[in-house]
Amino acid sequence: MADTRQFSVQVEVLLRDGIADPQGATIERALPALGLEGVTAVRAGKSFRFDLAATDESDALAQASVVADRLLANPVIEESQVTVRPAGTAA
Amino acid sequence: MAPRVGVVLFPGTNCEYDALHAVERLGGTAELLWHGATSASGYDALILPGGFAHGDYLRPGAIARFSPVMDAVAAFASEGGPVVGICNGFQVLTEAGLLPGALQKNRGLRFVCATTTLRVERDDTALTAGVPVGTELAIPINHFEGNYTCDAATLAELRDEGRIVLRYVDNPNGSVDDIAGVCNAGRNVVGLMPHPERASDPLLGSEDGIVLLQALLRTAATPAPVG
Repeated sequence: MADTRQFSVQVEVLLRDGIADPQGATIERALPALGLEGVTAVRAGKSFRFDLAATDESDALAQASVVADRLLANPVIEESQVTVRPAGTAA
Repeated sequence: MAPRVGVVLFPGTNCEYDALHAVERLGGTAELLWHGATSASGYDALILPGGFAHGDYLRPGAIARFSPVMDAVAAFASEGGPVVGICNGFQVLTEAGLLPGALQKNRGLRFVCATTTLRVERDDTALTAGVPVGTELAIPINHFEGNYTCDAATLAELRDEGRIVLRYVDNPNGSVDDIAGVCNAGRNVVGLMPHPERASDPLLGSEDGIVLLQALLRTAATPAPVG
């Protein structure tokens, strides 16, 4: 590939709204034991990080979105959020 | 001639010999079909058995869907060939898009290993052809991610088209509409979480699974309609 640069990708996968999230609910129910009563809307998901070579940021985003949509998330029950930045820069 | 059944074997599958044994006990011929195979020609039916294909990493079925054999399974299914996914096999078929919906973690995050009572809802699918609607069968489940879910439009479609094949009498896992098994529009691809092959011998405590496996062998022995 000519003129590509490395990009760092982060993909966050969460259950869609309306899909029961028993893990998030269980975590939320455990929090009062820490003395915290005000924590709400806990959601549990997965986070993925990888590097890829791309010509520019929009190419990187396009490639990362394929990974997210076709493999990392099951669109029936999950949604994904992709963030891309040049490798070596702060998140 | 005895119908020839291919039992698809992924790395991590663990119910292949149960399926093989059950098919042969009922007079079929069964062979393992390695996940690297690129053709399923020569078979009259395919079973995707239970287990943990590719370790169930990421999500059950998420990696298995990319195994070479899945293109062959899809081609076999598109020609009308009977395909049954049991437990992990059902999860693989949903991930592959051959069946709608998804299997999420059981209600209450509980792994469930128990004998369930199923009600046959259709008598016109590859796995239930000729089985009277309303028949109740005692068949075990053994899963953590068997909670069937789909969006409202898909559920309406499944109901309207009569594609809910099996329901739990007493919902063990939170599945929407008590769904234990569904089929595709062509009715030749069926997925179910319960394990009929584990209820196919008196030694196993129930023989009720035989009804379904016999229906599959009957379907397999009937040439698929052309077109």
